[in-house]
Order: sequence, then structure tokens, then C-alpha cells
Amino acid sequence: MDWHQLWTIVSLPDNIPIVGMLFIIPFFTWYGLRQAFANDRLAEKLSNDKELARTHHRKAHPFRKGWAREVSVWPYLLRMEFLAAVIVTIILMVWSITLDAPLEEPANPSLTMNPSKAPWYFLGLQEMLVYFDPWIAGVLMPTLIIVGLIVIPYIDENPLGNGYYTYKQRRFAIWTFIFGFIILWSTMIVIGTLIRGPGWMWFWPGMTWDHNRLIFEINRDLHEIVGITSQPWIGIFGGLVVGGFATVSGYACHRLITATEFSRKILDRMSLLQYAILQALLIVMLALPLKIAARLLFRIKYVWVTPWFNV
Amino acid sequence: MADNKGAGAEKEAVTQSTNGSENGARTLLGVNIDPDEIKKKAQMDLKAIQAPTKSEVYKSIFRVKHDQTARSRTLGVLSNVFLHLHPAKVNRDAVRYSFTWGMGGISFYLFWVLTWTGVLLMFYYHPTKVQAFRDILYLEHDVPFGKLLRNMHRWAAHAMVLTVQLHMFRVFLTGSYKKPRQFNWSIGVILLVLTLLLSFTGYLLPDDQLGFWAVTVGTNMARATPMLGHEGPFGPQLGMTPFNDVRFALLGGSIVDANALLRAYIWHCIAIPGFAATFMIVHFWRVRKDGGISGPARVMLESEIKPLRR
Repeated sequence: MDWHQLWTIVSLPDNIPIVGMLFIIPFFTWYGLRQAFANDRLAEKLSNDKELARTHHRKAHPFRKGWAREVSVWPYLLRMEFLAAVIVTIILMVWSITLDAPLEEPANPSLTMNPSKAPWYFLGLQEMLVYFDPWIAGVLMPTLIIVGLIVIPYIDENPLGNGYYTYKQRRFAIWTFIFGFIILWSTMIVIGTLIRGPGWMWFWPGMTWDHNRLIFEINRDLHEIVGITSQPWIGIFGGLVVGGFATVSGYACHRLITATEFSRKILDRMSLLQYAILQALLIVMLALPLKIAARLLFRIKYVWVTPWFNV
Repeated sequence: MADNKGAGAEKEAVTQSTNGSENGARTLLGVNIDPDEIKKKAQMDLKAIQAPTKSEVYKSIFRVKHDQTARSRTLGVLSNVFLHLHPAKVNRDAVRYSFTWGMGGISFYLFWVLTWTGVLLMFYYHPTKVQAFRDILYLEHDVPFGKLLRNMHRWAAHAMVLTVQLHMFRVFLTGSYKKPRQFNWSIGVILLVLTLLLSFTGYLLPDDQLGFWAVTVGTNMARATPMLGHEGPFGPQLGMTPFNDVRFALLGGSIVDANALLRAYIWHCIAIPGFAATFMIVHFWRVRKDGGISGPARVMLESEIKPLRR
């Protein structure tokens, strides 16, 4: 266990946000879900008691008769904003006084940094380069992430949970977002920052970053394992595998979408186009961890090899 | 009021002692001087100073009274150009930190911090290969508080990337993107992308190894853009070379060099902040137009779902 190596990575000023993220994101997940569960308990109580449902103020927060439902922005909101600004300023000041922004040697195109890493928020994308060709990892996936985020409100037909925390009423949506944001995006950033060392090799926390380390791993394409050796059969085989994956995962997603009576009711509200977009995004999203597993566990490089592109 | 009288009496005593017993008008160099008149005017000024909120200067600046009545509180927010994006009143539970997490507001505040520190940094920075790196050294070692300035700019940028993501997380968890706020969520996603791009373009500016290689790695991906990059699928077939593809357009060349530095600088300091500010205006405006912040709203029950009308 090389504690010094671990400390060198963790204490790098530019890595502070990721180390912070390790605590901040779980904290806010807990903070949000705690309120979600409180609202879920309330919703259950109210749906069992019709009379109470009519008279209740419908929030987990306390409310008594005679209390104003609204408060003046000045001072109640503005003082919060002012306080937030003051606290953020203090944090920034302390942070800026104690930790210096990194500055390396002058740019030198003939001396490659090893590892040469993108800024931390793009390390998820850089990590994807291990598993996919650059046109997928660097162009297609980011585009799909952006498009996927933008269309969320237009494909989510669940009218519940509008403006309050809830888990039970939006199970599928919450799990999908947590899967995408925490399990894929944040985890890959953490891997890219803390795990990947020289040569973009995998170093477990505490392993020394050895610049001369060699890993004898032979990455093979799926068709080589199966024993297909010539085009066009390689391309056709790969297309079938990818198509098969899309079919199977699409079916699995469909089972998930129709798992409960409530989710079937939501599906009824969706148009065909909404459903198709949802499925396409889910399948692509599932392809990522599957490819990661195929690469890390079975050393498979490409699944689908064609003369024009490889997946 | 007691103070007022006391001060007035004192002033009176002073004027009396200088004037002696004579109290009539005098002429000095052809100007009429009436001690009584001067005394009166001085007392008026004194009163005005002691009640500044009643002076014309104050009224002209603040326009409305700022006492503790509901009307004044409302007007205080609505008639102030910086505060008028707020409504006059909000949901009593919406001011709880637990609901909003304050991340949107903090992101906006960080954007301001970045604008200010960024403008100050621009005073010391030349986006040229010869000077850029030296300017950073100069900032770190010679400019008073230069190091603090640069640190603050960088850490605020990191913090903003984090707070914007947390803001999105909160908005998702509270379902705030749902009707009628769908479009504002989409604007928000664009703002997230702009935040990342702002941060990324700033990375190259110190012109050190870190920025150079990060931007090299980042823009190399553009080579692989399908159809528009010279290494992307169908790129070569469409005539893409390192000297005419999308990466060339981003860098102003086939490698990260002087043109790339200038382009990064202009994107970073002018173009993207301009786009971001524009989208922010729309974002905030839509928050108000879509009915203020989403909640905490009343919990809705499954049995209350209305049938969909298409």
C-alpha cells in the first residue's frame, strides 16, 4: 500500500473537486431522498384516509391554521441569498488562500505529459475512450447525453412528483437519473481521476504509479473469439450481436417500464414517438456499462467491426 | 426629535454670540445678509440631515419607503432593478434550504465572481504565445493579490461546474422540469454545456503543459466527428483532411498553437459568456413566467391523476 502515492493524487489541488464530489454527491442524494421518503409516507397516509386527504395541507412540513401560506421575499428570501453569497465568498477565499491553482511548465508540444488528462469534468468522456472509438466516446455519446437530458421533460409523462421530492411515485425516473448521473457519469469521473495513471493504466488506490509498468493483456475482438475470420461475415456477425443486444435490452427495459400497474398507466399516456426515444436512449445508456464490463472482464475490444466503423 | 431641538438650540446660541445684539439685515460687499434667514435655512438643512429618508435625494434614488409594512416590502423588491426578478412573495416552504439547496443561485453568484475576477485577470493577460505564460508568472509573483485572483478564478470555476450539476440533480429529484417548466429545463441543459465549455476554454489560457495537453486530448476527439472530422466515420470519403475539418475550425490550425490560444481566449472571454448571459436571462425570466419556483408543492396522489387530453 503506497500511501504517499494515494496522498499525491488526492491532495492535487485540481483534484479537490473530485474528492469533494465523493462526499457532496452522496450527501445530497441522501438529503433529497430523505425528503422523498417523508413525502412518500405522507402520500401513503393520505391515500388510505380520504377524509384527511381533503383537509390536509399536503406537505411533510408542518403547517398550522392561521399561518401565512406565503412570505415576503424581503427579508425572508433575500437574507438567505445574502447569507449564501457571504458563505460562498468565505469558502472561496479560504480555498484560494490555502490552495494554489496548478501551473506546469510552459506548453511543449514535443514533451507529452503522462498521463495527459482532460479537465476533471471531461474525464468521464476520456475514460469512455478506453471502451469506444473516439467518434462514439467523444462525439456521439456527449451529443446523446445532451440531447437525452434536453428531451427528459418531453418523454416523462408521469404527472406525479411535480414540485416535490418523491421516490415511490417516480421510481423509474429516479433510478434512471441516478444510474446515469451517479453510477455512470460521476463514477467514470472518479475512475478517470483517481484510478487511471501513466499510460491510462488501471492503478488501484494505493498502487504506485509506475511509468515502466507493462500489462500483458491481449484485447481481442468478439468475432476473433468466436472464430470468424473474413469480411463480410465479421460485419454481419457484429451487426447481429449489436442488434441482438438492442433487442434484448429493449425487451428488458420494456419489462421494467411495464413492471407495475402504475407504470403501465404512465406508458398508456406516452405516444409511440416518446416511447421510441425513451427506448433508444435507455439502450444506449445500458450499452455503456456492458461494454465496460466486456472490456475490463473479458478483454473484448470491438464487438462490431466493419470496414467503415468499429463499435 | 429631542436631538434635533438640542442641536438647533446650540446652533442658535452660536449665531447669537457672533452677531451680538444686532439682529437686522446687513450688507457685505453689496450682498444682503439676513442672519435670521440664514439661521432658518441652516435649521432646515439640519432637519433634513437628521431624517435622510425624507430628503429628495433619498427619494430619487430609492423611490419607495422602506418601512416594515407589507406594501413597502413588496415595493422594495418590485421597484429595484436588481431584485425585480424575484416575486414579491414566495411559498413559505420555498425559503427552506432543504428544498432548493440554493445551488442555482450559488451558480449565478459564482458566475458573477468569475466575471469580476476574469475581468481583472484580463488586465494582466495577453493571449499570445510569447507572453501568455509569462503573464501568469507575473500574476503569481508580482501583481498584488495576483495569485489570489487567479486561484479564486480557477476554484470558482471548479465550484460552478459542481453546483450546476447539483442544481440539475435537485431540479430532477423534485420533478421541477414537468409541465409547465419543460422548456426551462432544456435551457438549463444548454447552460450546463456552456458552463463546461467556459471552463474548458479557460484551461488552455495559461499556456502551460497541463492546459496544452488537456486541450490537445479534448480537441483530438473532434477529429473523429462523423463526416466532419478527418478520422471520423465517412470523414475522409467526404474530403476531410487535418486542414479543413471541424478540429481545424476549433483550433485555427492543425495543432494547438497561437491561433488556438487566441480562439480559446475569445470564446472564453467574449463569445461564451455572452451566450451564457443570454440564456441565463431567458432561464430566470422563464422561472418567473412559469410560475416561480416549483415548490414545495402539495403532494399529489395517484388517484388524482387526470386523464390525458391530446
